[in-house]
Amino acid sequence: MSETQSNSRQVILDRLKGCVVDAPELPTIDPARVVQFDDRLQQFQETLASVGGEAHLVDTPSEIHEKLQAIEVFQSARRIASTVPEAVTATVDLATIDDPHALSTLDWTIVRGEFGVAENGAIWIDGKTLPHRVMIFIAQYLAIVISRSDLLNNMHEAYARIGAPGPGFGVFVSGPSKTADIEQSLVLGAHGCRKLQVFLLP
Amino acid sequence: MTVALFIPCYIDQFFPDVAIATLTLLERLGVEVEYPAGQTCCGQPMANTGCDADTAPVAKQWVKRFASYDAVVCPSGSCTSMIRNHYADYFGPNDTEFQHLRENTYELCEFVVDRLGVRSIPGTFNRPVSIHSSCHGLRELRLGKCSENMTPREDKMRMLLESLDGIEIKPITRVDECCGFGGTFAVAERETSVAMGIDRVTDHITSGSEVMIAGDMSCLMHMGGLIRRRNMPMSVKHIAEVLAEAMQSDSSGSDRSAPAIASR
Amino acid sequence: MTSLTSTLPIVDHPNAAREFVTNEPRSHWHDDSLWFVRSKRDKQAQSIPEWEYLREQASTIKTHTIAKLPEYLQQFEANATRLGAVVHWAADAEEHNRIVLDLLRRNDTLRIVKSKSMLTEECGLNEYLIESGIEVVDTDLGERIVQLRGETPSHIVLPAIHIKKEEVGDTFHEHLGTRAGESDPQVLTEAARGHLRGKFLSGEVGITGVNFAIADTGGLVVCTNEGNADLGVSLPRIHIACMGIEKLVPRFQDLSVFTRLLARSATGQPITSYTSHFHGPRDENSELHIVLVDNGRSKIRDSKTFRDSLHCIRCGACMNTCPVYRRSGGHSYRATVPGPIGSVLGPAKNAKAHKSLPFACSLCGSCTDVCPVKIPLHHQLLAWRKVLVGKRLVAWNKRMAMKAASFLFRNPPLFAAAGYLGRVALKVLPKSLAHNRFNTWAKDRDLPEPPKKSFHEWYAKNRPSGSQTVSREEQS
Repeated sequence: MSETQSNSRQVILDRLKGCVVDAPELPTIDPARVVQFDDRLQQFQETLASVGGEAHLVDTPSEIHEKLQAIEVFQSARRIASTVPEAVTATVDLATIDDPHALSTLDWTIVRGEFGVAENGAIWIDGKTLPHRVMIFIAQYLAIVISRSDLLNNMHEAYARIGAPGPGFGVFVSGPSKTADIEQSLVLGAHGCRKLQVFLLP
Repeated sequence: MTVALFIPCYIDQFFPDVAIATLTLLERLGVEVEYPAGQTCCGQPMANTGCDADTAPVAKQWVKRFASYDAVVCPSGSCTSMIRNHYADYFGPNDTEFQHLRENTYELCEFVVDRLGVRSIPGTFNRPVSIHSSCHGLRELRLGKCSENMTPREDKMRMLLESLDGIEIKPITRVDECCGFGGTFAVAERETSVAMGIDRVTDHITSGSEVMIAGDMSCLMHMGGLIRRRNMPMSVKHIAEVLAEAMQSDSSGSDRSAPAIASR
Repeated sequence: MTSLTSTLPIVDHPNAAREFVTNEPRSHWHDDSLWFVRSKRDKQAQSIPEWEYLREQASTIKTHTIAKLPEYLQQFEANATRLGAVVHWAADAEEHNRIVLDLLRRNDTLRIVKSKSMLTEECGLNEYLIESGIEVVDTDLGERIVQLRGETPSHIVLPAIHIKKEEVGDTFHEHLGTRAGESDPQVLTEAARGHLRGKFLSGEVGITGVNFAIADTGGLVVCTNEGNADLGVSLPRIHIACMGIEKLVPRFQDLSVFTRLLARSATGQPITSYTSHFHGPRDENSELHIVLVDNGRSKIRDSKTFRDSLHCIRCGACMNTCPVYRRSGGHSYRATVPGPIGSVLGPAKNAKAHKSLPFACSLCGSCTDVCPVKIPLHHQLLAWRKVLVGKRLVAWNKRMAMKAASFLFRNPPLFAAAGYLGRVALKVLPKSLAHNRFNTWAKDRDLPEPPKKSFHEWYAKNRPSGSQTVSREEQS
């Protein structure tokens, strides 16, 4: 760190400390006041559909494979990364890849999500489960597998469940990559996945 | 209860009929109303231009004029908001005259509904109408629920209008968008102001309404001016005119000479 | 009143807005697009029974954070450093740019990919880096469109909201080789996807903004719909995150409040497609640099009146709801951040340059009610007017007109006489003269029909026993 930088640190902190401001107490969210759903599964499915994702109720990992096989762009996929081998066998061995750029031609990625959030259709993916974090962003298509018993009502429950995050990466994914930057016309598949399949196991 | 009528400067000068209708309405509702002499303006034009030094003496004069009344009623949400929400800059927190007026100055519909407890008006108004919710009445006085804010509130003007016989309130698409008057904004930002005004008028006409009703004459002066210039098929009326006219039609029909409702 | 206001001078925003707002089809199209976004926002807000409760919580958290900002910045720095990030401090835009360039030079970087960051726009980072020979690629589709067109964003969330699809088609035809005349958003987006994939793969450093930084964990949150921030920082070894010092939240748990409000307010989505949490660099071979930028924020914090404007989470809802912004377009503000919040922040940066912005507002108050962190925007715009008058930055004739009005209103007999003269003049003058070209009001609007009598004249005649002649005040 150069001398001027460390100097700016002091300058900024001194400026801020020069003006003492009374602070109100930090509030605590009252769980009784935030939205709860009678049927979290139904709410999650509806919200996911509204953000452009597709939900599938499945009972076994092999059913996931069957459902994927019915999707044309999966049938024709050549490069598949998977961290859910019981459902989909990978064609790309992630363990042998050092440089994430090598994943630029991924067709499909199938990963596990930790839990889903009914109010917004988001799924929390813990970066520790990903050999390369880019795999969920660079693949043309993405599938996420979660358990129906891991559906929470809202983001307050979601952050409480994550607790204290350790070093690393984590992301809420809600639907496929999208943009409406041209005349507010919604287009799915801006830079990341073109479609998102979510498989809900028991 | 001695109630003072505060008639904003431009209503006094350009729209005396609105002031007369306000007085008539209140009298018909059994309110003893006085119109204190020597009143002019609340000072809002200067305040909204940022000229505090020019506003302060006008505000002080206003408070002096009205301090001895139990309540003040004003047929303008904007001017009422000036007193309730913006006068504090010009008075100390312990100024009892100002604090009294801050708590007891009402916009007309607010006075009728909240202070008199009157929730329906006996009368008839046989026209398809639409409501323009003036911004300061809506967002500064909270006379109704605004579309951005999720707090439920009852809409006082709508409630009174809906109580009239024969009235048909047409729905507009943007229920509470600004008309673009905005005081000096109307002149300083002429093009934008005019575009906003025409959009509002068009929305009201498209709804099938023949009369646009508002609680603020300033909005109606702006939109009325646009309507007349373009010969658009719409007229504008202040809520006081509609209610007074409706009550007139009712009392002439039913031979009721006494005030319909006594004040609390 | 009309005769007084008709002499007001023409100021900058109205001039800058004129071309856009008087192009009626375009202005209406722009207005409708943004109203559509606002309507989507309303639906989302309505779907959350505790919406107003959430706004209240968000506001309190931000008030608390800004008050204790020096403590939280140090806590954040300590935690981020512990996670392996390098924290830099920049007092102003110039220092911010220099820090970023130094980092790039140290790593022999020639090509960077950027995701949307209003802070880097504010600092003019792109121009600075390009002048230094770096290839800078904005990867957000809207930002890429304005970058290729040599423009600036006209909205902080929807940078290309002012551009028609046919114009995007022309730009892409020229730069990306799409078919001439192509204007299908699907096709154009696909072309941009292909074009930017190449840029992502060749980017040597990824630069992002920051939506939230968490004091108690040292982490960062970046929200996008396109996934461009994630692609941009998941491929190269180095991630530089640039943030204003006001972006902090105290606790990880506080993110729940803000992630619920941000996208709903911004675009009417329940949450952005990607809400990414970065705690330290990707791995032991990677670097995460965080640049904390003051650039005038501490000065705003010093002001009791304007401090709350630092609550802003850059959702853009105040722009979408502002009837002036929707009709005059974002570029009419000539500021990095346009619309209501920009009209508060602009004068804080340079009062003289942005003196017309607090007046580019009808004081309708919609921005205040739509703001997810409850910044009293229209009250702050009014407060700015007072400051500008105090600094004598409001035109002399405007101030004199208000002085004259004040004088008139303090002298009831004079007021009555002036009103009388005004009404008589309106009556006796031919319409062409009363509506002359110097009367700005009357260019588009008829003046009211002048009544014979003012109300106070009517009252004196019709209620002779009333208090018109003897006021209560004089009685007592």
